[in-house]
Amino acid sequence: MITVTDLTKRYARTTAVDHISFEVAKGQIVGFLGPNGAGKTTTMRMLTCFFPPSAGTATVAGFDIFTQPLEVRKHIGYLPESPPLYLEMETVEYLRFVGRLKGLAGAELEKRVTFVCDRCAIGDVKKKLMGKLSKGYRQRVGLAQAIIHNPDVLILDEPTSGLDPRQINETRDLIRSLAGDHTIILSTHILPEVEQTCEQVIIINKGKLAATDSVHNLQARARGAETMLLEVAARVGELDTPLVLERLEKLPGVSRVLEKERRGDTSAVFEIESDKGRLVRGDLARAVVNAGWDLNEMRPAAMSLEEIFLQLTGSNAEAASPATPESAA
Amino acid sequence: MKNAWIICRRELNSYFASPIAWLLVTMYSLIFGFFFWNYLAHFAMAALEMQMLGQAGPVNVNEEIIRPLIANASFLGIFFIPLISMRLFAEEKRNGTIELLATSPVRDGAIIVGKWAAATILYCWLLLYGFLSFTFLFVYGHPDWKPMAVGFLGLFLQGAALLAIGTFISTLTRNQIVAAAGTFAACLLLWVFSWVSSYNSATWAAVLSYLSIITHFESFGRGVLSSKDAVYYVSVIFVGLFFTARSMESLRWRS
Repeated sequence: MITVTDLTKRYARTTAVDHISFEVAKGQIVGFLGPNGAGKTTTMRMLTCFFPPSAGTATVAGFDIFTQPLEVRKHIGYLPESPPLYLEMETVEYLRFVGRLKGLAGAELEKRVTFVCDRCAIGDVKKKLMGKLSKGYRQRVGLAQAIIHNPDVLILDEPTSGLDPRQINETRDLIRSLAGDHTIILSTHILPEVEQTCEQVIIINKGKLAATDSVHNLQARARGAETMLLEVAARVGELDTPLVLERLEKLPGVSRVLEKERRGDTSAVFEIESDKGRLVRGDLARAVVNAGWDLNEMRPAAMSLEEIFLQLTGSNAEAASPATPESAA
Repeated sequence: MKNAWIICRRELNSYFASPIAWLLVTMYSLIFGFFFWNYLAHFAMAALEMQMLGQAGPVNVNEEIIRPLIANASFLGIFFIPLISMRLFAEEKRNGTIELLATSPVRDGAIIVGKWAAATILYCWLLLYGFLSFTFLFVYGHPDWKPMAVGFLGLFLQGAALLAIGTFISTLTRNQIVAAAGTFAACLLLWVFSWVSSYNSATWAAVLSYLSIITHFESFGRGVLSSKDAVYYVSVIFVGLFFTARSMESLRWRS
């Protein structure tokens, strides 16, 4: 549905987007992830034909963004970072205007307006001036205008920014429900959002493509070694941490033990890294109990997308090598 | 064409939904009304004096009231045009709604023509309110309506031309006040360019004087339909809108 090849955008002094290539299949939700200033908005603006690329090309729904911008725009619904609302207009009046711009008319236009109002739950503010709407409503009206002409592709630039947690959830549900009918690209710098809503992730950093994969694969890929968190407590008196470290390090398969957090005198949390594919949980538990300590907690430290993201976009060189997250916060 | 009309309609709705249109029409009617009353009072006084002196001099309503009023309206336009055109693009740029227009399946030309047409229609509306005063003259006398119509046409063309320039200036900034100030300066300059021809007969002075809007308003003001001057106004409209289109294009390349 979307094919991007070597897309580049140069400004006077900087290169905002540097030879990005990726593909998005029909009906997918793709998360476009990157820190602020990574080039997310620039890429989206090129895809929506807001401005042309400096080099490279892209096709959306089979149309070239450079040579057939009007065709591309017909097939795209776009929600910019701040919803493009005319604050002095009524919601329904605005939706009609956008619908007409996108080529709808007459009974079909009215049908679509009613449909999107229903879909985006903005029926109760139809007759209100948009200047008087809350941020959540504005965002939903923005989404409604993006889908009014039932576009093949939806491009959403940070659709949940500035919303409260409940609105964020509602918006995410709405976006998820739109997938299937539409191919969706949404940009964000909020990682849980991608984990929750997207199937595919494209991570860019400083204008360059850092990774593109499914959420699932990306998590698996970055989790090179297995990391466990262990809370050990002494039954009597103080916990002898050096001794715990020593005992645990001796276990076969354990590559590194760190004291993560001291919890009072009697207990502490340790982080244990073991070689990939090697199950050391049983050995760990036995070692602790046999030494006469209590094992209060043992859990795998699952790597969140957040850590993957930091790894891929961080400036430190070890980011490239498989996974040793220093801060598993 | 259809898209230009969609844009134009929204633009007009927006003028009338906000206080701008109403404020402008109030101000315009007030000022134009004062001018009218002033000329009328002066005219009545002069007519009375002549009667008392027993002179039956030619007292012409068209010459004494309508013509100077139309000349005044042409100058008054300079103050109102920046206020009409300032928001056209500057507001869209500030609110980010330009992104909606620029990513809609609509040509830039349609957006520009739609916006300019809306501004011109609003300006015509102001003129009509001003011209309402003239109905009094028809109630109590028999002025010639043809020079009035030509004068109106001249005011319309002049306004449309200056609004095209204003539309262009509005694309250059996201600040409406900057747009208004720039447009006002441009309008005023185009007005005073004609001054140089009064003392200088060099070629550049002639060119500058030709560029002046007032040079071309003279015949319209007198009630003479002049195609040469109409061509000037139409060309200014084209140049203004052409620059607007280029400016919007560069907006895309630069932004």
